This record gives sequence, structure tokens and C-alpha cells, in this order.
Amino acid sequence: MSDSSKGLLLAGVGGQGVILASMIIADALMRAGFDVKQSEVHGMAQRGGSVVSHIRWGKEVASPLVEKGSAEVLAAFEWAEAIRWVDYVRDEGAVVTDIKTIVPPGACNDTHAWSTAYPRFEIDLFRSRLIETQFVDATANALQLGNVRAANSVILGSVAAFVGIDLVHWEEAIKSLVPKGTEEINLAAFHAGMTAPMAQIPAPPAEPAEYLGPHLIDIQQDWCKSCDICPRVCPEHCLKLDTDGTLLVINADACTGCRLCEMLCPDFAITIRPPAAAEHHEPAISGRKM
Amino acid sequence: MTVDVEPRNETGTTVLLSGNEAIARGAVEAGALVAVGYPGTPSTEILESIAHRTDMQVRWSPNEKVALDVALGASLGGVRTLCTMKHVGLNVAADTFMTMAYTGVSAGLVIVVADDPGMHSSQNEQDTRAYARMGGVPLLEPSNSKEAKAFTALAFEISEQFDTPVLVRTTTRVSHNRGVVELGDRMDKPVVGFERNPQKYVMIPGHARGRRPALLRRLTELAEYAEASPLTKESGTGDSFGIVTSGIVHNYLREVLPDAKALKLGMSYPLPIERIREFSKTVDRLFVLEELDPIVENDLRAAGIAVEGKEFFPQVGELSPDAVRRGFAAAGILPEYLSIEPAPGTVTRPPLLCPGCPHTPPYLALKRLGAVVTGDIGCYTLAALEPLSSMDTCIAMGSSIGMAVGMAASGGAGAPVVATIGDSTFLHGGIAGLADAVYADANITVIILDNGTTAMTGGQEHPGTGTTLQGAEAKAVDLVGLCEALGVRDVRVIDPYDMGATYSAIEGAVAHIGPSVVITNRPCVEAPVKVRDTPFKVIAEACTACQLCMTAGCPSIVWSEETFEGRRKVVIDPVTCTGCTICAQLCPPLAIIPVTSGQEAAR
Repeated sequence: MSDSSKGLLLAGVGGQGVILASMIIADALMRAGFDVKQSEVHGMAQRGGSVVSHIRWGKEVASPLVEKGSAEVLAAFEWAEAIRWVDYVRDEGAVVTDIKTIVPPGACNDTHAWSTAYPRFEIDLFRSRLIETQFVDATANALQLGNVRAANSVILGSVAAFVGIDLVHWEEAIKSLVPKGTEEINLAAFHAGMTAPMAQIPAPPAEPAEYLGPHLIDIQQDWCKSCDICPRVCPEHCLKLDTDGTLLVINADACTGCRLCEMLCPDFAITIRPPAAAEHHEPAISGRKM
Repeated sequence: MTVDVEPRNETGTTVLLSGNEAIARGAVEAGALVAVGYPGTPSTEILESIAHRTDMQVRWSPNEKVALDVALGASLGGVRTLCTMKHVGLNVAADTFMTMAYTGVSAGLVIVVADDPGMHSSQNEQDTRAYARMGGVPLLEPSNSKEAKAFTALAFEISEQFDTPVLVRTTTRVSHNRGVVELGDRMDKPVVGFERNPQKYVMIPGHARGRRPALLRRLTELAEYAEASPLTKESGTGDSFGIVTSGIVHNYLREVLPDAKALKLGMSYPLPIERIREFSKTVDRLFVLEELDPIVENDLRAAGIAVEGKEFFPQVGELSPDAVRRGFAAAGILPEYLSIEPAPGTVTRPPLLCPGCPHTPPYLALKRLGAVVTGDIGCYTLAALEPLSSMDTCIAMGSSIGMAVGMAASGGAGAPVVATIGDSTFLHGGIAGLADAVYADANITVIILDNGTTAMTGGQEHPGTGTTLQGAEAKAVDLVGLCEALGVRDVRVIDPYDMGATYSAIEGAVAHIGPSVVITNRPCVEAPVKVRDTPFKVIAEACTACQLCMTAGCPSIVWSEETFEGRRKVVIDPVTCTGCTICAQLCPPLAIIPVTSGQEAAR
């Protein structure tokens, strides 16, 4: 590694403004007289994906990418992203992270397994590498100032202490790069971030209730006239009309209890029962057509 | 996002520019009058950063082939011309590219091709350096923003001196890396004018036979130029090992081995073979450090120079300081590489369709139908992922329609065959496919997801948008008229936010015998304007936790702490919700309502 070059990582979720924030840092460092390189990836990752930007500065910088284990500081706009990128931080480095959590839908949409994959606020791993961790409630700070979108500037203010350049360079960079008309609030947010207290780490989310199994689909076959409405509306493809017109439950494990079939059946032939209220877990099919 | 450098473009000013902005600035300073391309990550911002200039024509073409044709025409007309595309775009333009290497150019013509090692936003990671060799076109590889500007300007000089198109190849880390650049003056390059020369420009066999030797002679001259060129830079000391490298990886090398003896190739085709041979004699071991394919490595082996390379450095994905360190550790140059354990247990965060994306409902309908869906390149390719998971193929720009025709012809689909393609992609490479669908009377449905922009790359104009890159009004292609003119008998236009109409239109189109087209007409929620309506919320007491809304994959809908019958209820993030109504239309107990509705007021 070149002797004097330092590295910083900014991480967040697509749409949070990671790239603008990293441009502000790079611009401030350039104004402070450093050679600067900043590298990011956008395109597909822009859409709600994980976004990271590398910044390197020094007398003369070679690589725009920070090497793992070498960053002075990681600035994360979201907790899970702090965890994801912490391996880039050097031992005894620092992490400044928003306590904001953005749970990706992918971690929520499994209707069967109930464990959420979202990581807890635990910093044992950070501590083991002597990484200083600063939690910031940037959203609350920004809301106090009147615009939630200034949250990034709050984080920048908290990061400034670990970068060590004169305040004037930060102010000039913010003024020249934030959208016109938002200079004042972003400067105020930056100053708020400089003095932001260690935020209270949020309580972990409550353990989800135990999954009791799929709902049960009861079909009163002699009331069914094979109209084919329910197989067409079932979002989980649980139902199918057999070639002889018999309504079959083909995917019983997938029923989420939305009750669309029950509500739309013109003949009241379907009843959906929650698993707790059921006596047995086999779908009851009565009055099978002969 | 791009920086407008114009307010401080005085000569001598230093500014922070991305590689893409620096390339554009290089073309500006070289006096280019035309810049043309098709958007594609990571090349898009090159043209966007100079779109505001009144002293240049900066244009999007419908595809890279057309862009390169426009560029060659402009060059023959006598103006310096820049043409930009991503790596796979050169496949589309390859027909023109291979033969323009024969004709040569008039005024300077520079083709910037941005490779995407690691496939951050691409369907493959092909190596453009192979095209340089196949076509016989010189290729420059800048390693940072400063070089991106300087090499682009120099490429125009080389182009005119040797009468050849010149490739400037970047990678994602060059294009999307910002560095300090000093601005220079814009050259004045007046229009030279077209000189008729059919022997050179009309490539009938008799003429082309004469141009092929000219191409080979030119390559010999270019190789001599490379041998003496200051583009080839030697640095560092030591005689135990030396490294031949180019582009971004030179920076990683300097990070990992700051003083090692290295030969950096600014022009990596044609190679300065003799210079490298001399260099190899000064060291015991010679390494080639290159991203992607072992192209320089193989060239050197063919020239009888003993090298080491891909046995230590991966051919897959992009390199990084870590990968370079690991490689030199494996080669015994550096001490053993100790990797740092990543933190365990973080959540995966794949990209998603945006809240309110009008592409969502058609894919919900297709999932319901169980259709075999041939997809295409665009944001909507994300429908292949959970929870929409309703796309079966995605290959290349415009492939969806031809593949659907073939899938139907095979008789093996086992379900209705539907091609889905965006408006920009359809105009890029889908029209001929649709003509074939009509010609073959293929029993397929084509859904044109018309959101009025090229969304995946950040919202660029195209011939269907009615506007140009430089902000002028333009004629917009009439998609309905176009499909009908191609002979499609069943063309339907739907509002994808109307879920019932979307479902029934797609079902109807699929039932139609022969080719049918469904065109959606909602604009992208992010570009050109951000579409935001009253956000929606979930009435917690009414939510039955069926999670049907979550099948749409909207990032604004997440789990709540509350449960019903052992399942988690959901909440909507009011900051990101666009008020598109899709989830509200899906909700069986009607628990999703606008935040300002009467119910809320009544509480």
C-alpha cells in the first residue's frame, strides 16, 4: 500500500444518495489539496440493491479501490450495510452508521419460514478488531431540521472527525454539490452530525410468532359446480380443476389464508381455516363427486 | 450522476471528473463536433455529461450499430466524432466495425467501449481487447480520469494519422472512478467536407480486396508507433521479476507492489512486442497482470516470450488490490495472503423493481398464467428474481421476440409463450423480431413495456420518447401504428396500474391465435420525472397477514411487528410509497388505503 494514501468506504441502499455523499467527500478532500480517487458501481445496483463507494486520498493515489482491512472509516447509511462492508475497515479503524434499518423484501417474502435474515445490532465483531463504532440517528436529526432527505449530511458531519480536513472544505463541497435551494439545510445537518450524540441502539425486533403451518382448505365437493373461479384467483396456485371437473387441492402447504377463493366462490363450497383452529392438518375434502 | 463542468471549464482549472466525464472532456478538447452512442452501463454518462453543449451534436441512436454508422458518416463528412457504447454494444455494431477497419476514416473517429468485468450491470463480461485484434483496430486503455481525457484526445490524433478508427477501452472502475483532472482548451476543428473515394468507401469485393492489405500495412505502422510511443511506460526497479500490465490493474499493482518493475501499456493493441521482449530480458520472471482474458499473455507466448499470468490471477470477474495481492502471494512474490473474515449473517440485498414500477402487474399476470416468458434487457429483467419470478430467459438486446418465435415453433413450451421487452429495447433490437413473428405467424404474445424512457441506465431518451438528449422535441415512434404496420392483428394498449384490465388483456392476447401485442402505457416512476402520488397505508386491524401484497415485490411493503393467525402483518413505508395502488388492488380484505382517506380522518 502506498504510504500516505488513506481509504474510506460509503455504503447504503440504492436510492439513499450514497453517490452524491461520496462526491461531496471526494470534492472536500480535493479542495483540501489531496489527490483523490473515488469509485462506485451503479446501473443495476441502483434499484434498491446494496451500493458502495470507495474513496482514497493522499499525496498521490494509485488504486481507486480500498483494499480489505485498510479503510480508516466506513460510513454506512443503513445497519445491514455496515455489517456487509465492515471487513474493509482496518483494525482500530472506525464505523459511523445510521441506526436506520431497511429490511429488503427478499428477507420478508418467505411465507413459510419465519426467521428474518436481518442482522441484529451487535458490535462484538467490531470490538474484537478494536473498531470504534459511532451510531447516529440521522433520520431523527434530519427530521428535527425539517427535511428527512438531509440525513446523509448528518452522517457526513459525523464522518468528518475521522477524515481530518478543515471545516471550510466540507462547507464548500456541500454548497457546490447538493441540489440548489437545499444548501442551508444540508449545512445545518452537517453541523448537527458533527456534534450528534451516540444514538440509542434500537431494541431488536420481537421474535416472530411460531409458524403454525398452512391454512386448511375445506372443499364441499357436492356444492362445487366446477366454475373454475377459485383456481384462477389463488395467488399460490393451491387449487386445480381436474379434467373431470373435480376441484383438487394440489399445493396445500402454500395456502397463506388470503381467503380469495372462499370470498369469491359463488356456491360457498370453500372454507379456509387457520391452522391453530384445525383439528388435523390434512385438507378435508367432503362429499367427493361420484 | 454527472457533474456539469462548464461553469468552471477555464483552461488550467482542476476538477474532479469521472472517467466517463473525462473521456467526454477529451473529445471536447480534441474539437469533436459529433458524439453519438446508445446508453449502457458503464458508458452512459459520457454523452450525458456533454449534452448541454451548444457547439456539438450529442445524440442517442436507437442502437449501437446505428450509432457507429452515424459516427462513420460524420467522420467521412469531415468532423471529429466520438462514438460510445458498452462492451456488448460492440457486438451489435460489429458488422460496421469490422468493415470500417477496412475503409478507414476521414476526420478522427474514436469508439469508446466500456467493459464490465464482474458483470455489475451486464449479461456477460466479454473482453473488448479481443475485438481490437479481430478487427485490426488500435486500442488504448486509460487507467484513470487524467489518462481518460488525454488518451481520448490522443486517439483522435492517431485516428487521423493512421486513417483508422481507434478504440478506447475502459472498464467499470475507470468509467466510474472520479479523479483530479486539469482542463485544457477546446481545439478548433472546422468541417473538412466529404471527398468522394469509392475505392476506399464502397466495400464491394473488388474494392475491399485492395483495402485488406492496406489494413495490414497500417497495423505494422501502428506497431512501430507503439514501440516508440510514450504510451508505453516503464517504472520501478528490480531484476527478479517484472510485470506487464495496462488499464485499471496498473493502479492495483502500484498499491500492492509500489516499487516493482512494471511496463504499463497505454496502447495494448498493437503490442510493442520488441519493447516487451527487451523488458523481459531485464528480469528473471515476467508476469502479465490483466483483467479478464489472457489476451496479452497469449500474444506474448505467441511471440516466444515466457510469461506467467492467469495461473495466479483470476480470469473470472474483476481484479482488485486484494486479488492482485493474493495472486502475487501465490506466485511467491509476496508473503502469504491473510484474508479478513467478512462479518457473518448479513442479509442479501438484490436490486429490485422500484415502488410503483409499472412493470410489476404484467409479470403478476404472467405468473398467474404460468406462461413461458422470454425476457429481455432492462429493469424488468429483475422480474426473474423472487417474488415475481416470472421470466424464463434473458440473453441479449431484443432477443426475447425471436426466442419466443422459436419456442413456439419447437412446440415444447408446454404453456403460452410470451415475450416481454421494454420500449427502448424494442426500438433497439426488437422490431425485426416482431416482423418475424408476423412472417412466421407465430402463436406468441409480445408485451411491450412502454415506460417512455431507457430506465435501467437512468432514463435516457430514445426515438419513442419525443425528446432528444440535447432537450429538443422530436417525432416519437408510434408503437401501435408500428406493430399494426408490421402486420400484427391483435394490438392492445393497457394501463398496467389497472390490475383487472391488465390481467384480462394479457389473457385475451394469449388466447388470440397468431402473434399479438400488448403495450403498457404508464411512465417510469423515476424518469424523466419522479411520479409521486398520495402514499398508501395498511389498516392494521383489517390486515389478515395473507401477504398477497408481498407477491408484487414492492420495496415499500415490509413486515410489521403485529401478527394475525401466527403470521406477520405488513406495513407500508410512507416515504417511498408512490401511491401506485397495485397492492391495494391485490388486498383481499381491502386493508390498504390512501393515508388521507376518510377512514383515517374519522379516527
